[in-house]
Order: sequence, then structure tokens, then C-alpha cells
Amino acid sequence: MAAAMIQLDFAAVLVDWPLLLRGAALTLALTAVATLLGVALGVACARARTHGAPATRVLATAYVELIRNTPFIVQLFFIFFGLPSLGVRLSSEAASVIAMTLNLGAYAAEIVRAGIEATPRGQLEAARSLALTERQVFLRVVLPPSLGRVWPALVSQVVIVMLGSAVCGQIAAQELSYSTNLIMSRNFRSFEANFVAAGLYLAMAVALRQALAWAGPRWLFGRSAPRGS
Amino acid sequence: MTPRSFLTHVCAFAASAMFVAPALAQNALDEIVAKKSITIAIPTDSAPYGYVGTDLQPQGLDIDMANLIGAKLGVKVELLPVTSANRIPYLQTKKADLVISTLGKNPDREKVIDFTNAYSPFFQAVFAPKAMTLKSPADLAGKTVGVTRGAIEDMELTKIAPAGADIKRFEDNNATVSAFVSGQVQVIATGASVAGNMMARNPQLGTEFKLLLKDSPNFIGVAKGDDKLRLKVNEIIAAAKASGEIDKLCVKWLGRPAGDLPN
Repeated sequence: MAAAMIQLDFAAVLVDWPLLLRGAALTLALTAVATLLGVALGVACARARTHGAPATRVLATAYVELIRNTPFIVQLFFIFFGLPSLGVRLSSEAASVIAMTLNLGAYAAEIVRAGIEATPRGQLEAARSLALTERQVFLRVVLPPSLGRVWPALVSQVVIVMLGSAVCGQIAAQELSYSTNLIMSRNFRSFEANFVAAGLYLAMAVALRQALAWAGPRWLFGRSAPRGS
Repeated sequence: MTPRSFLTHVCAFAASAMFVAPALAQNALDEIVAKKSITIAIPTDSAPYGYVGTDLQPQGLDIDMANLIGAKLGVKVELLPVTSANRIPYLQTKKADLVISTLGKNPDREKVIDFTNAYSPFFQAVFAPKAMTLKSPADLAGKTVGVTRGAIEDMELTKIAPAGADIKRFEDNNATVSAFVSGQVQVIATGASVAGNMMARNPQLGTEFKLLLKDSPNFIGVAKGDDKLRLKVNEIIAAAKASGEIDKLCVKWLGRPAGDLPN
């Protein structure tokens, strides 16, 4: 008993594997939804900031600056604890997805905007001379290569958001960190629990990076998308 | 050396040191009477038992209790603010004569200090709006219950809650209370002091006591072996219980009489 206090006991943590698995699954689910919505929001804001009318430009800029200059946990607490006083009551999971989406959207907007602004003028002029509409120019000529140019940065941002979702446990969303903390408060095996959680996050981050690096060229911007110019 | 045997050595050393101390300095009670002053450790971070008011003076049930004991002894009371973590060391090192600081009795603590009889109730309980029917743990089914993860109330709640109860665990008391006040959970399981504070600040919620989770009354701590002082304080507590003074304090600060307090 006395010696056990300083020995590592991973079995005490791993015995709760259903809890860990459920936590990891929710972390991935939150990330998946937030990635789809967040990247879409980011693209919309990037277009608004580069091609939008003055009013939408100001609006998009305000949103991006608001999110990028406040801590994620404050945004999360505002949505979960603050909005109910305005009559909007969301579940922990819904509040988490919204906070993650808004957060990713703002950073993605800046990343995608960099890609859009790097579009060579000649390509725009060529597209317009073919009588494509502005919408067609953006969706078919500007956006795909832009995404290709910034895809690695965008994937990194998605991974950051997934790792950041660890704080969603603070509002009782039962993601991986929540499971870890719960196990820790039961058996006081904090080192082992955090070690296992870190291993799971690492595996999930590597897998997510690989999956997105594979999926992007296939579905979003084509395998032969220009990487450089 | 394993941690446990190291701890045993430290305890043995501390115990032997304390065994010698009273012999040197007669005893604490005589000293208090001679000095006409008693030093009592009180909390300042656990309303309504002990907190700092807007006038920056400590107040609360524990402070009133300290003053009551001082008055009965006929000596001046020196209040010494302590935290949960350092209240027992203050007693062990004789910086305080008594600790009146929401102190619960358990076997580990009994190894290093002595306890008087209980002087006030403390409990963890389930609280919810008056309109909600919550007569037994089974009624928690289908309700969202907020609780602070790892606290005594979490352990007790987990034991009694039915499978259908949705327990939401938060990081600390502030988050748990925020979740309840903002309506994110329907029911809250917490300590009496946290609930008392929350109810006082949010009367519009109409929160009331529903189910008792665990009774853990407060005791006054005295230095190990300080029997003369301990017995004197026990006398004062017994007299105050009989005269209704303790009930009056409990109604004033906790909103309910003391009830049955163990010796």
C-alpha cells in the first residue's frame, strides 16, 4: 500500500476505457462538425473581406478581430453561461460546437484570405475575359488554388481547435478531458490519467492531420492544384 | 523510506513534541485566563460561516461562535484568519488556541488534534426551485444535476442518483453555481455554505433545500492533549445548546436550527 503510492498504475486508468473512448469520440465529433462549419464560415468571411461590399467587409473584420483577440474559454463561457440571460439556452455540446466553429471561422478567414490575395492578377483577368460571373470566378478560379496554397496552415488550425476543445469539459461537455478529469477525481491517478489522455490526443491529432492532408487535394482543390504561385 | 513510514515518523515527532509542550507551559486554559485573551482561528472564505463583510470585518457563524466562547471565558478574542489548508498547522504550532473554521472530524485529523463536541451543522445537499417535486433520489431521474467534480457531494450524489439522472460535473463551485443560476442545470448538489450564499444572492430563483446527501457537522479543534481547554469549551457548547444560543446562531446564519449535533 505504502509503496503503491509512488508506483505507476496505468491499469487503474485503463480500466475506465469505455469512458475514455466515449470522451475521445465526442472530441472527434465536435471537431468534425466545427471543421465543416468553421472552414465554410472562414471562406465566407475571407470572401467578404476581399470582395465584399463595404458594410459586409466591416462586419467580417469586426467578427474576425473580436474572436482572434479574446480567449477561447471566455467565448465558450459567454455562450454557455452568458447567453441564457438573453433567453438562449444551449446544451453543453451545442455550446461547444458553436464556440469551436466561431473560433475556427475567424482564424480560417485570415488564413484563406492570405491564399486569395496571392491569386495572380492575370488569372482574374483571364477569368473575367471569359465572361464568367463574379461568383463563378470566385468559386472556380480563385478559391480552389487558394485553398491549395494555404491547406497545410488550415489543417494546423483545425488541429489546434481540436486540442483546444479540451476546455469544453469545463462546461460539462463530456469530451476526452472531461473523462480524464473524472477518472482522476475518482482514483487520484493524475499522472497516469494525463499520460493516457496526452497519448490519445497525440494519436488523434496525427490521424486528423493525415486525414485532412489526404482529403483536401481529393475533394476541395484537385490533386494538380498549383502549390507555389 | 516509503511516504507512509516517513509520515509516521513526522507524526511521532510532532506527537512527542506536543506531549512535552503542555508540561512546560502549564496548560492553555490557565494561560488564556492569565493573559485575558484567546486566539481563535476563523475562516474568511466560506460564507456564511466566515467571510469578510463590506466593512472589511470578518463575520459569520464561526466568528459569532468565537466571540461567544470568548465572552463565556471572560477574555478578549483575537481572531486569526486561516484557510482550509493551514488551519490545523496553526493549532499544532500553538499560534491559535482554538480552531473554529468549518472543521469536520475524521480519523486522520484525530491523529494530530483533538476535537470538542459539535457546535454547528454542515451538510451537503441537493437544492432546486420550490416548484420542482424532489422527495427522493428516484425523482432525480430525467433531471440535469450540476455538481462540482470530485467534491464530497459528487461522491454522495453518484451513489444515490438513479441511472436516468443527467449529472453534469463542473470544475469548481463557481462554475457549478453559474450553471444552476443561468438555468443550464435544473438541480444543484452542493455544500450548505455555497448554497446559502447562492440563495442569498439569487432570491428570484426560489431555491430550496430538497434532499440531504451527507451530514458532516463542524467541530472546534484544540491542540492534542489540551484536555482542560477542551472540556471547558465543551461545557460552554453544552450550555449554549441548552439555552438556545446555538440555535439562534444557526437560524441567523443558516436559516434553520442546529438540529441534533453529535458529541
